[in-house]
Amino acid sequence: MKPISIAATLPLALRTPLTLAAAAVAAVVCFVALFAPWLTPYAPNAMDLNSVLQPPSWKHWAGTDELGRDLLTRIFHGARPSVSAALGIVGIGTAFGLLIGTLSGLLAGWFDTVVMRLTDVVMALPGMVVALALTAALGPSLFNAVVALGVLAVPAYIRVARGQALALREREYVLAARSMGASTWHLMRAHVLPNVLPPVLVFMTFHLGASILASSALSFIGLGAQPPDAEWGSMIGAGREYVLGHWWYVTIPGVVIILTASSFNLLGDALRDWLDPRLARDKA
Amino acid sequence: MTRIILRRLLMLLFVTAGVTVICFVISRLIPGDPAQLMLGPRATPQAIAELRTRLGLDQPIVTQYLAYVSDLIRGDFGTSIMTRQPVLAELLGYIPATLELMLLAMVLSIAIGVPLGVVTAVRRDTWVDNLGRGLAILGISTPTFWLGLMLMLLFYAQLGWLPGSGRLDIGVSPPPHVTGLYLVDAALAGDSLAWRSAFNHLLLPASTLALASIGTVVRLIRSSMIEVLGEDYIRTARAYGISRGRLLFVYALKNALIPFVTVLGLELAALLFGSVVIESVFAWPGVGNHVLAAILNLDFPVIMGFTVLASVVYVAANLLVDLSYLVLDPRIQAVG
Repeated sequence: MKPISIAATLPLALRTPLTLAAAAVAAVVCFVALFAPWLTPYAPNAMDLNSVLQPPSWKHWAGTDELGRDLLTRIFHGARPSVSAALGIVGIGTAFGLLIGTLSGLLAGWFDTVVMRLTDVVMALPGMVVALALTAALGPSLFNAVVALGVLAVPAYIRVARGQALALREREYVLAARSMGASTWHLMRAHVLPNVLPPVLVFMTFHLGASILASSALSFIGLGAQPPDAEWGSMIGAGREYVLGHWWYVTIPGVVIILTASSFNLLGDALRDWLDPRLARDKA
Repeated sequence: MTRIILRRLLMLLFVTAGVTVICFVISRLIPGDPAQLMLGPRATPQAIAELRTRLGLDQPIVTQYLAYVSDLIRGDFGTSIMTRQPVLAELLGYIPATLELMLLAMVLSIAIGVPLGVVTAVRRDTWVDNLGRGLAILGISTPTFWLGLMLMLLFYAQLGWLPGSGRLDIGVSPPPHVTGLYLVDAALAGDSLAWRSAFNHLLLPASTLALASIGTVVRLIRSSMIEVLGEDYIRTARAYGISRGRLLFVYALKNALIPFVTVLGLELAALLFGSVVIESVFAWPGVGNHVLAAILNLDFPVIMGFTVLASVVYVAANLLVDLSYLVLDPRIQAVG
């Protein structure tokens, strides 16, 4: 497939209003994460004991927490760990999964068998439960939560990449390159990887949404981001004690998580339809 | 058929062995000396050395692993640091409460998700479909722990319709223990007061868990129904004049449900982790809440015990799912 002709159809992918809205939300979240310190007049950890647990007002748009910290500021700053955790998890999964999966599909034989049996074992585990144990063992921190969730995501990426590489392996142009003496490394880089990427890209987008939820869940139960760092999941964890009587404390960060995660999920849907027009036609 | 079952059992053994290796490796990642952790900061070096020998920590790693596995097989999951009780017995004691929660959550998510999936498939690309799919996207994008807090805020704090924590109202005594599931035990004892109280307490946490998986159920049923509805046998059945309801819910749904069984198995993983989060939100006295307490106290034997137990249950459940395919889909038998 020619990358240029595909890229030219990008506006088509963004055609539906819902997808456009999702792209806008994702862009806003990234913007906020980048420019958090300049968006509000408060510091994320600045306490103000004269205005604790204030409901939303002109002064504090999302209210304040039990230490009088401005919640909007903390939500903005919380975008940084929340988004970078998701990127880290997806990054670990992609880096290892793409490499091992593509090699496995391309080489086939005993290497493929060993890799497949190992992924069978990991994928047979209840992932989040193991992530919980792994994070607890490594020591509660957002970094360790990202490592645990990332490592456990690798097999899923291996499967996606390997399936695609296995199909490509028998294509004429790959066979031709091989018969002309191309090395495995060259085959992988020039012929297989570019065509393995599209389905992996779709998977990555969905996985971003899931990773935001997973890392915030670990933070909520105290295994991820540690106080006083602002992170969406741990903010809800801290706010749960005050949920009765102070609705804004947990409600607003939760809505932000939903908006972010659903925008990635919608973008994943759009990306899949775009890269696999057969599905889009089925839908019409 | 026997060959398939044998192959699956072999696979189960292999996977279970893999699970124990992973859990063993994780338990060795824990920073610090397990003996030191168990005895606390004031232990003498001599006591630590003695415990190390008793735990076999001075043995080669392979010997340690084999000892770990043989302990697991004998049901020895270690001793909780918090309570000094055997881990397995303690976990098993908490299981009925969690099981009751999961079962009701599964029933709810099927009862709501399956019809919704069928309707969105039949009314494809109408507003019903768009609404259903939108809700499904929201469902898979909503953090379970937040949803629980919101439902609690609405139905307990604002409306006062349902209790917000625990398994029974204060003053209601639990029904005589038969299964440990209060709904079943109360029904057996004919105790309608306890049954109603138990049911009311179950509704919020179970609905939270169910709502989290309804999105997946709707999306899956929708896509497999669309596929099945396009098949020749459906057109033939329609040509024979079979009623619409019968066509949809008997002829089509039966086949559309086959991939769904797999998802039920996989959903169990979400329920297992969800129980940890949801039980802590609703102060539900089950396995999840116990594990959360263990996490906060870095009680590793309990955390690892839960992980091993959850993994084995999960692997076994998915084996049952695979085997149920043989019954549901005769094509697999023929190929086998």
